[in-house]
Amino acid sequence: MKTKLSKISTKRVVATSTHAVVPLKDRKLNFGNKWDFAPAPEDSKSYVIASQHELFINGKFVAPSSGKYFESINPATEQKLTTIAAANAADVDSAVKSARKAYDKVWSKMPGRERGKYLYRIARIIQEKARELAVLETMDGGKTIKESRDVDLPLVAAHFFYYAGWADKLKYAFPGKTPSPLGVVGQIIPWNFPLLMAAWKIAPALACGNTVVLKPAETTSITALRLAQIFQEAELPEGVVNIITGAGETGAALVNHPDINKLAFTGSTEVGKRIAQSVAGTKKKLTLELGGKAANILFEDAPLDQAIEGVINGIYFNQGHVCCAGSRLFVQEGIYSTVVKKLRDRIQTLRVGNPLDKNTDIGAINSSAQLQKIRELVQSGVDEGAELTQTQCALPAKGFWFPPAFLTGVTHAHRVASEEIFGPVLSVMTFRTPEEAFERANNIPYGLSAGVWTDKGSKIFKMVNKLRAGVIWANTYNKFDPTSPFGGYKESGFGREGGLQGLGAYCRLD
Amino acid sequence: MSRLDVKKTYKLFIGGKFPRSESGRYLPAKSAKGELLDNYAHASRKDFREAVVAARAAVGGWGKASAYNRGQILYRTAEMLQNRAGELVAEIARSTNVSSAKARQEVTLAVDRLVHFAGWTDKYSQVFSSVNPVASSHFNFTTPEPTGVVIVLAPDEPSLLALVSLVAPVILSGNAAIVIASEKFPLPAATFAEILATSDLPGGVVNILTGKRAELVPHIATHMDVNAIVDGAGDAEISPKLQAGVATNLKRYADHSSADWFSAKVEDPYRILDTVEYKTAWHPIGI
Repeated sequence: MKTKLSKISTKRVVATSTHAVVPLKDRKLNFGNKWDFAPAPEDSKSYVIASQHELFINGKFVAPSSGKYFESINPATEQKLTTIAAANAADVDSAVKSARKAYDKVWSKMPGRERGKYLYRIARIIQEKARELAVLETMDGGKTIKESRDVDLPLVAAHFFYYAGWADKLKYAFPGKTPSPLGVVGQIIPWNFPLLMAAWKIAPALACGNTVVLKPAETTSITALRLAQIFQEAELPEGVVNIITGAGETGAALVNHPDINKLAFTGSTEVGKRIAQSVAGTKKKLTLELGGKAANILFEDAPLDQAIEGVINGIYFNQGHVCCAGSRLFVQEGIYSTVVKKLRDRIQTLRVGNPLDKNTDIGAINSSAQLQKIRELVQSGVDEGAELTQTQCALPAKGFWFPPAFLTGVTHAHRVASEEIFGPVLSVMTFRTPEEAFERANNIPYGLSAGVWTDKGSKIFKMVNKLRAGVIWANTYNKFDPTSPFGGYKESGFGREGGLQGLGAYCRLD
Repeated sequence: MSRLDVKKTYKLFIGGKFPRSESGRYLPAKSAKGELLDNYAHASRKDFREAVVAARAAVGGWGKASAYNRGQILYRTAEMLQNRAGELVAEIARSTNVSSAKARQEVTLAVDRLVHFAGWTDKYSQVFSSVNPVASSHFNFTTPEPTGVVIVLAPDEPSLLALVSLVAPVILSGNAAIVIASEKFPLPAATFAEILATSDLPGGVVNILTGKRAELVPHIATHMDVNAIVDGAGDAEISPKLQAGVATNLKRYADHSSADWFSAKVEDPYRILDTVEYKTAWHPIGI
């Protein structure tokens, strides 16, 4: 199953052996076609996606002053889903003006208790429409329905519920201080968790009394605009949340708008740095949640089968489009060959394909551009001497796909050991001592998350202390909760989202 | 016959040692009336980089020291400052031309501020940590920890009190600081360095550079091994350059230039949060 990238097969290959006796080290699980499940597609026909989407400004859907629209496609089929308005600087300006008016006239004056009730109402409507939103999220972004239905949407509703309750309790969050809102907040979110990121941004901002101009990612705007309809249904006062769609220029217009008090960005470290540069010398407050290249550290005394499941979930969850993905696996030397064998067998059982199928484990790569980036980085790993192991599975004829893969023989100098791939690709390395593990884990500009697998409690605490990362999962991975702060050290950004600490980003303290 | 005074050159404070500037440069410190007081070292880019190396080396041990131990050492700095208050009162008075009474007020406030912040070392994490009631079956907690190497830009006045008020919340959590001292009145900072050097504070935890702010700022902004900047100077030319430095390696930037240094409001534990990182750890609950 070790193949050069150029030879990656897109057809299912049933492993056959011509040898009478296969040496133990080469033995593989042979599932034949027993792993095939009958199709179990989630119903998507009952939900209609409008053929054209407008901007959401001042509580209404309005055509962009540019008159321009761009296409949004389903990355699993490459079929056009809809066209979406491209906001230009004038549209951004009217969104900011609408947010300013709503802030001055309504939202900043409203008692926290009332603000909270709006947020509760929004949370309830999201729960009611959860299945529809999950289906749309899957069609628009390529993530599996299993994930959008069971992870993303429950968390989206939970975030609104959690922050709803803070709206009238802010003084207890900051002992000795008087919190007040910042004003108009500009928020730019990525395509990997479109609705969840919108919830992470909007819920705390509104709870603290700010108004919002949100820009979703170009490839995943549909659910954000569906959320706008929910705001209408919840009778959220007009202008409290405005949603402007578009590409990088739209985001830049928002970042540079003079009447923004605070910016919150989730996305790449490269763009985050550009935003930091633009904000320098202004009074705008800034929080950034950026890239990562998390170490998942597997000790010899770990519960191995649990750990393998954690490693698999750590890197292949959401096609690896996760800033905190456990993309560097450090395995203690004594269990290296066992771990690689287990990984090789386990990824073969991951089902890649139609994201709307309830049995699918790995959905579509979000865009053709992202697929190119993943391919290019994996190729660099192979060129630099790493060995690629990738599942052999049939892939749909259309759409953007990358079967789950891992690279062995990776050294720290390889690009795949330090650059964020943002795809279902794991770089496997070895270590001998805990000191070596945390030194190497930390020896990278990122510091978003890390994983530790061991049955020894004192070792967990040692590693938790030593790892320079904002979130550390011990004997688990990729767990999220609205009460739990999330965010990075070093070049993974600053500020926290979630929990009590997440309120600090949206309050002025006197 | 009158006795001729012995003059000294005030030196830099890097890694617990007192080097002259590697550049060989020095500047004259003048009184408010323009009389030459003494010469002091004019720090260069290389001196700054040496200070970052010293601070980085100090972070490990200082950050690992127990909160109790850091508290005692900070309290020791207050003891030493109290003990040598007269020296600093005289230094402030002759440098800035304020009355001795005003200078004494500044020094005694600086002592009290050190005592105040010394007490926070083993309390701030209790106030700002949390155990988070996650919905899944996990134990989950969030604690602050030091970010690493922090640059502190002291304002010109009050040359000692502002420096102390800015540095204490930075180092109490376990960070190491590099202070760019008051440009107008550098001597009190240099004298304070001599007090710190004899107060059990490990070498490199506080480093003090004297010289010209504007010259060092581009190097501060672009240095890749600096984690945060605390700007107490608030210079209209300099601050945007420091903020732009965020873009090089996402160093944290906090502006405290508008503080009233004599006010009790400066004793604010939320300032500690400017230079800490929140770390959240998860573990499953089960058998």
